[in-house]
Amino acid sequence: MKKLPKTMNLTLKVWRQKGPKDKGHFESILAKNISVHMSFLEMLDTVNEQLTFEGKDTIAFDNDCREGICGMCGAVINGRAHGPEKATTICQLHMRKFSDGDTIAIEPFRAKAFKVVKDLVVDRSNFDKIIQTGGYISVNTGGAPDANAIPIPQEIAEKAMDAAACIGCGACVAACPSASAMLFVSAKVSQLALLPQGRPEAAKRALRMVKMMDACGFGNCSNHRECENACPKEISIVNIARMNREFFKASFFSSEK
Amino acid sequence: MQLDAKIPGGPISDKWDWHRFELKLVNPANKRKFEIIVIGTGLAGGSATASLAELGYHVKTFCIQDSPRRAHSIAAQGGINAAKNYQNDGDSIWRLFHDTIKGGDFRAREANVYRLAQLSTHIIDHCVAQGIPFARDYGGLLANRSFGGAQVSRTFYARGQTGQQLLLGAYGALMRQVADGMVELFPRREMMDLVVVNGKARGIIVRNLFTGELESHAADAVVLASGGYGNIYYLSTNAESSNVGACFRAYKQGAAFANPCFTQIHPTCIPHTGEHQSKLTLMSESLRNDGRVWVPRNPGDIREPKDIAEADRLYFLEEKYPSFGNLVPRDVASRNAKAQCDAGRGVGLTRCAVYLDFNDAIQRDGMDVITRKYGNLFEMYERITDESPYETPMMIYPASHYTMGGIWVDYNLMSTIPGLFVLGEANFSDHGANRLGASALMQGLADGYFIIPYTIGGYFAGTSLERVSGDQEEFRDATKAAEDKVKKIMSIQGKRTVDNFFRQLGQIMWEHCGMSRNEGDLKKAQRLVQELREEFWQDVLVPGSDKDYNKSLEKATRLADRLEFAEAMLLDALTRKESCGGHFREEYQTEEGEAKRDDDNFCYVSVWEYDGEGKMPKFHKEPLNFENVELTQRSYK
Repeated sequence: MKKLPKTMNLTLKVWRQKGPKDKGHFESILAKNISVHMSFLEMLDTVNEQLTFEGKDTIAFDNDCREGICGMCGAVINGRAHGPEKATTICQLHMRKFSDGDTIAIEPFRAKAFKVVKDLVVDRSNFDKIIQTGGYISVNTGGAPDANAIPIPQEIAEKAMDAAACIGCGACVAACPSASAMLFVSAKVSQLALLPQGRPEAAKRALRMVKMMDACGFGNCSNHRECENACPKEISIVNIARMNREFFKASFFSSEK
Repeated sequence: MQLDAKIPGGPISDKWDWHRFELKLVNPANKRKFEIIVIGTGLAGGSATASLAELGYHVKTFCIQDSPRRAHSIAAQGGINAAKNYQNDGDSIWRLFHDTIKGGDFRAREANVYRLAQLSTHIIDHCVAQGIPFARDYGGLLANRSFGGAQVSRTFYARGQTGQQLLLGAYGALMRQVADGMVELFPRREMMDLVVVNGKARGIIVRNLFTGELESHAADAVVLASGGYGNIYYLSTNAESSNVGACFRAYKQGAAFANPCFTQIHPTCIPHTGEHQSKLTLMSESLRNDGRVWVPRNPGDIREPKDIAEADRLYFLEEKYPSFGNLVPRDVASRNAKAQCDAGRGVGLTRCAVYLDFNDAIQRDGMDVITRKYGNLFEMYERITDESPYETPMMIYPASHYTMGGIWVDYNLMSTIPGLFVLGEANFSDHGANRLGASALMQGLADGYFIIPYTIGGYFAGTSLERVSGDQEEFRDATKAAEDKVKKIMSIQGKRTVDNFFRQLGQIMWEHCGMSRNEGDLKKAQRLVQELREEFWQDVLVPGSDKDYNKSLEKATRLADRLEFAEAMLLDALTRKESCGGHFREEYQTEEGEAKRDDDNFCYVSVWEYDGEGKMPKFHKEPLNFENVELTQRSYK
C-alpha cells in the first residue's frame, strides 16, 4: 500500500515584527512532527497551534485560496520568494521538499513599497493604486458589441492570456534587487496592449501606470531576471520589453501626459 | 412574514423586458445622492460595484482580503456558460433555461432562470470588451467547450483560469471607479452585523482586521455578495476566509434564508491526507471522460494498486450504471464513492478515497494523447500528492465546493428586509437543488452587471428614505453587540483552539448532513452541534489581542456563526422529506437506490425566518410553479 506518513523536525528562523514601526527580528521556533504531506502553510498552521498552547503570539501570515491562484500568500523562504519550488506559491509548496533537521528561514516580501504590517504580512495596496491608474479598459456595462465582432488571432489571445495570468502576489518585487514592480505592471500593460479592445487607451495606460509605479517607490528594472524566476505563474520578462516599447512610443508620439 | 416573489406577469420570454420598463427610474442627477454599501468583491460584488458606480451612485465596497482582486471567485476553473449558439449546434436561451431548471432538479424559480439565460449572452459581450483573453479558434473567433449536464457546446473559457480572468475584469472596472472617486474601498474589513432602521437595511458594522476597530457605515441600501457557506464542512474547496457570517447576520436581522440544506459536493477532489489538512483542491471533472473509477473488491485490501488483479477490482460505477458508467452526474458519482468507502473499500492513507485509473486510456490512446488532454492536471496532482498519475492511479474523493441555498430574494434580488439586496452565491435563486458546471460565474455576473443596476433604482424611486447616520442608536447598539461578542470570545481562554472546534463541526456536518442524510443522523447531529456550541463558548482558546491582526479571533467569530447556522441546515434537511439534486435522503430513494423527488409534496422553496435566540425558526413555503418545463425524473442507467 502507500508509504507511511513521514514526519520531520525543523528549526524555523521566522521574522517577527509586531507592527510597521517595530524593528523586527528573527526568532527560532522548533517545528515538531511535521508531516511530509503538509503544505508550507499547513506547517505554519501546525506551528501556530503549538504556539497557541504555549501562550505565545502566533506567526501572522496572509493566505486565502490555498490553491495558488488568489495571490494572497507569500514569503521569502531561505532567501527565495515563494521558496525553492519553481512556479509554485507557498500554499502549494509541500514539506516533502525539505528534509528532517533542516533550518528554514522565513521572511516577509521586503520592499520599500511593501510595508510590513505584522510578521510575514505586508501591505501591497500599492499594486491596487497602480491598477487604478489604468489597469482596465474604460468600458461601461451595457454598450458592448457582439463578442465575436472583432476576431483576435489565436496567437495574440494566447500571449494576452500569458500576461493576464499574473496573480498579483508581489514575489517579483521581493525577488528584484531594485524592488521593481516592472513585471507586475508590464503584465497588465501587455495584456491590454495586445488586444484590439485595449489599443485606444494603450498610450495613456503605459504612461500613467509607470508614473504611479515610480511614485509608489518601486525601483526600476535592472535586467537581473530574478522576477520571472520567482514568479509562480512564470510571467515572462518579454512583457517588460513590450511595456518599454509601449512607454517609449507613448512618450515620443502621443499627446498623453 | 408574507413572501412575495414579485414575478412579473406575461409570457416568460417577455417578463424581464416588461419589468425593466415598469421599474421606476432615478434621475441621473439624483443618483449621486444615494449611497450604497456592497459587501464582497467577487464576481457578484465586484461587478455590482462597478456597474452601480458607472450609473452615478456613490458606493462603499468592503472585502475581507487585502485587495478586491483576491475574492474566491478567482479560483473557478472551468468556464462560463452563455447561450450564444456560436457553434451552430442548436443552443438557445430556451435550451440553457431548460438545462438549468432540469439540472437543478426542478427546485428553482422559472422566471429567474429564464432571465439568467437571457442575460448570459450580454455577459460574454461585456467581458470581451473588458479585454478578457478568452480562448479562441484559429480564425480568431471565440472557442467553446462542452460541460456536464448539456448536449451543446456553450462554455466560454480562459484556460483553466476563467474565474480569475472574469474577476480581474470586474476588479479593473471597480478600480476605475475608485480612481474616479465614485467608489470608496474598504479592504480587510469583516461584516459583523447588518443595521436595520425602521424596517429597512440602512448600514453595517464592520471590524477592521488590522486594528480590531469596529466601524459603523450608513447607506441607503445594502448589497450583500459575500458568497456561500461550503466550508461549513471545514474541508472544502472554498478559501479560508469564505464564510457564512455576513449572510447569517442578515438572517438574524430578519432576512429569510432559503434551502440551506442544498449543498453541492464535487466528486473529483484530491483526498485529504491527515488532520493537518486545511483545504481540498478540485481536479477538473473532465478527467472522468478517460479515467476509470475503482476500489479493491475485498474490503481491507491494502495492496498497492498495481498488485491488485483485475478480478479483485470493483469498477463500481461501470457495474451499477452500465450506460453512463464513469460519467454519471456529480451527485451520483459522489454518493457512490462514499458508499464504497463506508463499506471498507476506501484506499489511501485515510481510507477515504477511490482510484481514478488512466492505465487503460494510456494503453488505448497512447501517452501523447493523454498528456495533451490532461497534462496540466496531472502536473497539479503530482505537485500536491507527489505521485504521477501516468504511473499509478490517481486517488480522488468528493468535497464540498458550492452551496445552492442562500438568502431568499424576490425577482428584484431583494431579501425580505427592504433595502437588502443579495447577489451571487449568497442568494438562493437560480440553481435549485444542484448547480450545473460553468453556471456560477454566469449567475454572479448577471446579478451584478445586469440585474441590480435596474432593480435597485426601482427600489430607490419607489421608497422614501429618511436620513440616517452611523452614530444613531441602532448603530450604537449593533456596535455594542459586536464588541461584546469579540470580548466574550477573547475572555474565555479555554483549552481548545478554534481550528480544533472547527474540524469537529466539519466532521459532524460531513458525516450527518453531507452527501447522504437520514432522519436519525440529522437528529443526532442536531444534538452534537448544540453540545459543541456550548463547549465552544466555554472552552475556546484565542491567543493574542483583539486590537491587532489576529487570525485566530477572525476564525473564532466566523465559527461562532457557523455553529448556529449548522442548525438551520440540519433543520432544513430534516424537513425536506424527499431526495432532490444534492440533497439525498436515504429514506427517499428508488428501488435502484437513486434520488426520489416528491413533487406532490415538496415542489417548493423552504424559507426560514429567524424567530429569536433558542427558538425554532418560522417555516414558510414559496411554491414553485412550472409552466414552461415539464417535471421529469432524471435517469442515468
